[in-house]
Amino acid sequence: MNYSKCRVCKEPAIIDLPRHNANFCGEHFIQLCRRQVEKAIKDHRMLDPKDRILVAVSGGKDSLAVWDLLIELGYQADGLYIGLGIGDYSPTSEGYAQRFADQRGLKLITVDLRQDFGYDIPTASRATGRVPCSACGLSKRHLFDSVAMENGYEVVVTGHNLDDEAAVLFGNTLRWDIDYLARQLPVLPATPGFPKKVKPLVRLTERETAAWCVVRGIDYLLDECPMALGNRHLAHKNTLNEVERQSPGAKALFYLNFVEKMAPLLASHGQEMVDGLGTCDSCGRPTTGTTCAFCRVVATSSAHEPVPVELVLSKKARAAYLSDRQET
Amino acid sequence: MIIKLRNPTREVTVDGPRAAGRILEDLGLAREAHLVIRNGTLVPGDAVLDDADTVEIRPVISGG
Ligand code: SF4
Ligand SMILES: [Zn+2]
Ligand SMILES: [Zn+2]
Repeated sequence: MNYSKCRVCKEPAIIDLPRHNANFCGEHFIQLCRRQVEKAIKDHRMLDPKDRILVAVSGGKDSLAVWDLLIELGYQADGLYIGLGIGDYSPTSEGYAQRFADQRGLKLITVDLRQDFGYDIPTASRATGRVPCSACGLSKRHLFDSVAMENGYEVVVTGHNLDDEAAVLFGNTLRWDIDYLARQLPVLPATPGFPKKVKPLVRLTERETAAWCVVRGIDYLLDECPMALGNRHLAHKNTLNEVERQSPGAKALFYLNFVEKMAPLLASHGQEMVDGLGTCDSCGRPTTGTTCAFCRVVATSSAHEPVPVELVLSKKARAAYLSDRQET
Repeated sequence: MIIKLRNPTREVTVDGPRAAGRILEDLGLAREAHLVIRNGTLVPGDAVLDDADTVEIRPVISGG
């Protein structure tokens, strides 16, 4: 039996949201999420109904939730899945993304690093000496931009939620990293050669995006990327959740007030990078050098023999990865 | 009741009846980082779970 009631209709609640000091039934929780996303889109002028939108889809809760929400709200949005070649994680996550698209008749574009560029993330990490997430982030950013520009999408949407943005903001603030802070906005406008980038879920916590998926019956990949285990981003999230426990709503205030009050003061900072861009001699995308960072990663990594994911995991991550594999 | 947990995947047994929020506390799991799902449906913290229920506690924090 349930005790708490929906704030709107007084039917039994399915979720408590301390930051709204209220409980909601399934229907009114969905309505709340939809309104939060509509507000984010409107306040930050993220999307126009005419836009051709490309959603970066990983098979996890956030990317599937944002795709579902945009379709629900009447936008035209296709998906882009990037096969990163990370052990069993990548083919499994692709299955979730593909099934979601197929069940709803949506278009999913797929790029596979190994098939299309001759490398994968573990190999790139070893070959270039970058940590896996750095090689991964660089590859994904390049491909979001290039696939969008080549296929006529004006906007790239990512599923970053309030917890993601608050954790990154927290990390950047701990270092007072002004350049990163200046660029940490829910919308990055299009510049020559680059699509507009928007984050419609910035007003929803990850508990809310996961609950959206449960209520909507979206089957998403529950497992984490093995590289993510024990990273600093997770530590920041846990820290902020402890603050949130003591003062519900603190995460939203921290991030949303940054965007409203602090980011405008930093606006002049982010601009310099746009000027003085040349063209990559290999792929033709904008770059500050002669060959862009992505093409350099491709050249070095595709010449390297394939490295299995186990070899680039930290000791702790490897133990967790291997034990979870045995169980499933 | 048997409770399914993840990351790492495991099961724990907890005596019912007990409120969902109380179970999270007893297991040392942050409310902001988890959803409680009973027989396939989400439940709020004050829902009382019984021994006959199938319960999943799903972490929602991702590091990617
Ligand atoms: S955790 Fe790192 S390696 Fe894994 S998908 Fe995210 S950025 Fe890529
Ligand atoms: Zn209701
Ligand atoms: Zn290039």
